[in-house]
Amino acid sequence: MDYELIMRTSLEAPFGVDAVIYALAAIGINLQFGYTGLLNFGQVGFMAVGAYSVGISVNYYHWPWWVGVGLGLALSVVLALLLGIPTLRLRADYLAIVTIASGEIIRLIMRAAVLADFSGGSAGLPGNYRDPFFALSPFDRGAEYGFWIDWSGENFWVMIVGWSLVAIFSFGMFQLMRSPWGRILKAIREDEDAVRSLGKNVYWYKMQSLIIGGLIGCFAGFAFAYGKGSVQPDNYSTSVTFFAYAALILGGTARIWGPIVGSMIFWFIITFSDQMLRGLVAEDLISSDLLSGTQIGVVRFIIVGLGLMLLVIFRPQGIFGDKKELALDAH
Amino acid sequence: MSIERASKRRFCMAIVAFGLAGSSLLGIGPMTMAEGRTSLAPSQEATEQFKGTLRYKNPATGDKDPIAGADIAAADAVGNVVGNATTAEDGTWTMSVPGPGTYTVTLDVDSLPNGVGVSKDGAEELTKVLVSGQSAFLLFPLGPRARNATDSIGERAARLFAEGLNFGLIIAICAVGLSLIFGTTGLTNFGHGELVTFGALIAFFFNVTLGLHLLIAAPLAIICGGLFGGLLDLGLWRQLRKRGTSLVSAMIVSIGLALVLRNIFLFQFGGFNRKFAQYQVQPDGLGIGPVTISPKDLWSMGIAIAVLVGVALMLQLTRIGKAMRAVSDNRDLAEASGINVERVVLMVWCLGGALSALGGILLAVDEDLTFDMGYRLLLLMFAGVTLGGLGTAYGALIGSLVVGEFILLSTLVIKPELKTVGALVVLIVVLLVRPQGILGTKERVG
Amino acid sequence: MPINSDIRAVRGLPGVAPTPGVAKPNPILAIEGVVRHFGGITAVDVEHLEIQSNAITALIGPNGAGKTTLFNLLTGFDQPDAGRWTFDDQPIHGMPAYRVARLGMVRTFQLTKALSKLSVLDNMKLGAKNQSGERFFEALAPWRWKSGDRSIETRADGLLERFNLGHMRDELAGTMSGGQRKLLEMARALMSEPRLIMLDEPMAGVNPALTQSLLGHIKALADDGLTVVFVEHDMDVVRDISDWVVVMSEGRLIAEGPHDSIGRNQTVIDAYLGTRHGDSSTSGVTE
Repeated sequence: MDYELIMRTSLEAPFGVDAVIYALAAIGINLQFGYTGLLNFGQVGFMAVGAYSVGISVNYYHWPWWVGVGLGLALSVVLALLLGIPTLRLRADYLAIVTIASGEIIRLIMRAAVLADFSGGSAGLPGNYRDPFFALSPFDRGAEYGFWIDWSGENFWVMIVGWSLVAIFSFGMFQLMRSPWGRILKAIREDEDAVRSLGKNVYWYKMQSLIIGGLIGCFAGFAFAYGKGSVQPDNYSTSVTFFAYAALILGGTARIWGPIVGSMIFWFIITFSDQMLRGLVAEDLISSDLLSGTQIGVVRFIIVGLGLMLLVIFRPQGIFGDKKELALDAH
Repeated sequence: MSIERASKRRFCMAIVAFGLAGSSLLGIGPMTMAEGRTSLAPSQEATEQFKGTLRYKNPATGDKDPIAGADIAAADAVGNVVGNATTAEDGTWTMSVPGPGTYTVTLDVDSLPNGVGVSKDGAEELTKVLVSGQSAFLLFPLGPRARNATDSIGERAARLFAEGLNFGLIIAICAVGLSLIFGTTGLTNFGHGELVTFGALIAFFFNVTLGLHLLIAAPLAIICGGLFGGLLDLGLWRQLRKRGTSLVSAMIVSIGLALVLRNIFLFQFGGFNRKFAQYQVQPDGLGIGPVTISPKDLWSMGIAIAVLVGVALMLQLTRIGKAMRAVSDNRDLAEASGINVERVVLMVWCLGGALSALGGILLAVDEDLTFDMGYRLLLLMFAGVTLGGLGTAYGALIGSLVVGEFILLSTLVIKPELKTVGALVVLIVVLLVRPQGILGTKERVG
Repeated sequence: MPINSDIRAVRGLPGVAPTPGVAKPNPILAIEGVVRHFGGITAVDVEHLEIQSNAITALIGPNGAGKTTLFNLLTGFDQPDAGRWTFDDQPIHGMPAYRVARLGMVRTFQLTKALSKLSVLDNMKLGAKNQSGERFFEALAPWRWKSGDRSIETRADGLLERFNLGHMRDELAGTMSGGQRKLLEMARALMSEPRLIMLDEPMAGVNPALTQSLLGHIKALADDGLTVVFVEHDMDVVRDISDWVVVMSEGRLIAEGPHDSIGRNQTVIDAYLGTRHGDSSTSGVTE
């Protein structure tokens, strides 16, 4: 078994495009769920809005790439308002159900054959929309960059832009969470009636949290669109949201570093277990009758699900968290 | 962890493993049908192809007649036709396609003999992902021709209404348990869909692997479903309640559990569609007014209605049913008045598991069995429960019927591929207008 | 704490007849025809009630009398089926809770709502009104709100000292005892500089020693010029501090007046005794 290859691939993952995408998605969820206590189970919907906006703007309308970015952000605000207006006055579970439904609605509409010319149907959009973005890149798209771990010029550019965004959003979150604005959000998570009784417009603050978290989710969608070769509708299924929750809870909710550390560890575990299993099967240490190639892909989902359950039950504060300020059980 | 608790949990896992081991035996078990089974192992030929056999069970003779001369076409993901085939004298067909990818394979219904059609709208179209070197069998479900182009809108509406009623009843059977669990424990159970799948898969194990008739397999599977629900409560949810885990945390645990179960199903069962050994071909339908309903759909509706009435009577008349409603109403008050709440919750989980298993079996008779059939139903269950008013058992019933009807009737005006979208949009709109749901009462503050 | 009997004699309501719904010389809150049904039960049905400004009014009544429901209605936490009321001559019925609070009518809760994962100081600072850093874009620019935050902190520290909570300043509110939480909630409400403070059972679940100190704080609030309304179901507790007592039973106003007149009132005695004998009649109404 090529242990060096396994280690290299596994150590590549925490810095790669997937980790960027999930870190961004999880930063948004951290604001909504970790700090405000809003159960947005439709983060993937915001990601789909972002990805399809850049894809369709360039591929279908031939607009400049930044128009697509602006459109994605504007539509994310609209989506957040649509979801928030009916549900933010109701109990938390309503938001959960409506957001999870919204994510599915977007995916189903985008993959519909009637819209195939526009959104590419179930095959999705081919990657032409990425060209203007990579035209800005100082790196050669095809060349390899790095030392020991190599990335293609494409991935390297997406990673640099993506991790910069992660840094900017995390710094913004740090500023917000020590401000009076952040104090109100954290107080809403604890008890919204108390906050209301002190003259704060709880509804509006929840809405702001939903919108800003959704906008960051939209950036995760941009990263998804530019980091992968195409925009495929079925890449935007509900499990993406749940993976982002798993990553966040792993790193620790209501902490600035939680989404970043969580996403990196998450992708390390996923890639490492995948590579190990494949290595063991290839070496015949595990019979391929017992575990086929497709089944290895399934095992990762079982690991994520089990990990999510065990974390929430036994270490709700995340792997580095402090039991005293265990944020998850405040809801 | 106490030994007792650990052993309970182990027992619960054993039941899951038992069911899954059963389904893994499929390969060597007696196969009563050849069609519809796909192999993920690379075939000898290097090219990717689709194949199958078209047969129609003649209602007069009971024989399965092969259908010759039917046209089948495959289109790639962007809609370009990439392959054609015509069935041979023995009904078989083979079609090579350019490479791995997603294909939509369509049976030209007009090329079928008179009076023969697909068993339901949309069944003439199958979408399938081919991996490299894969050769996939496709099964088009044939039945008496359900629809003619000359159907009036009224006839179509009536037929869709009947189908919607059937679908709504299936959702309702599954959703009543979801609603009762929510009412008695406050848990929004994202793993409820897996209870549905579990029931169908266990029934498949008894039915196809062990060769029992479905009428014997189904009750056995329902019992297993009830036990499974009860074991989940004892092994997991009761422990979480004891630990004082918050409802949001429990909800996330249920998401993790759903992910684990669904992928264990996929691991053992594979990603293909299957059918029970019985009731896959529809004999002639019975005409009721303008509507033609196949006997299996009629039976399905009859069973669903009988069970739902039974559940309602149980909730109204029996001690345990009254206790369930009391705990739903006000857990503390029920506890104070001497009801053993934990026992009631256990019964609710057993009931929920059993009902979901039944729902899963009815759904699998109506459509196909897949590893994620329950998961795909979950959002519709949520829609039904929310529409009816969270936590009210009767609300779940009415909400589910509305969802089922809406989904089918909406295909009168929108494309069938968007029917689920319509139902989910309606859910959001209803929440805007009447947030407490159809039967729910307004929440009180303070 | 100084003994305030002289001051209270001045603040009392001489010349106001002890009859339900009587008009007061200087009402800060005036309620007209407020009705709230829950299912078939009428939880609140108050025809007319005025709250005298700069006085301590006790709202008493047996369990299930609708006192907390009335609080919820008046402060915008619940919507009535009918009725209107004014705060400082401004109609505020139908106004959302946060706007009622901004006007200067602030409430506390029967079950304390200390925000347990926030520090005591953060709990206090949350109460302050008109903080520029509560707006999103200004929150991103600390230099815009830092100085304001510091002055809020000074005020919070002052109040914490006054309520003997100074030593808890940097602890999480969740670590406090029940009585301390009641004090924190009262202090937090004062951070918003209210003119009318509505305390829902401030003495419930508080040990006797702390009860005395709580009563002292309530008196001191009135001395500072605040109007205080508080809910209590034990008649004896209110004796020493209330200028005026309003009695509710089964959703209705059955008596009001100075404490002495209430103690002699036969309707009140019947209401209290009646519920003691037939508790089931009102148990359907949750407060």
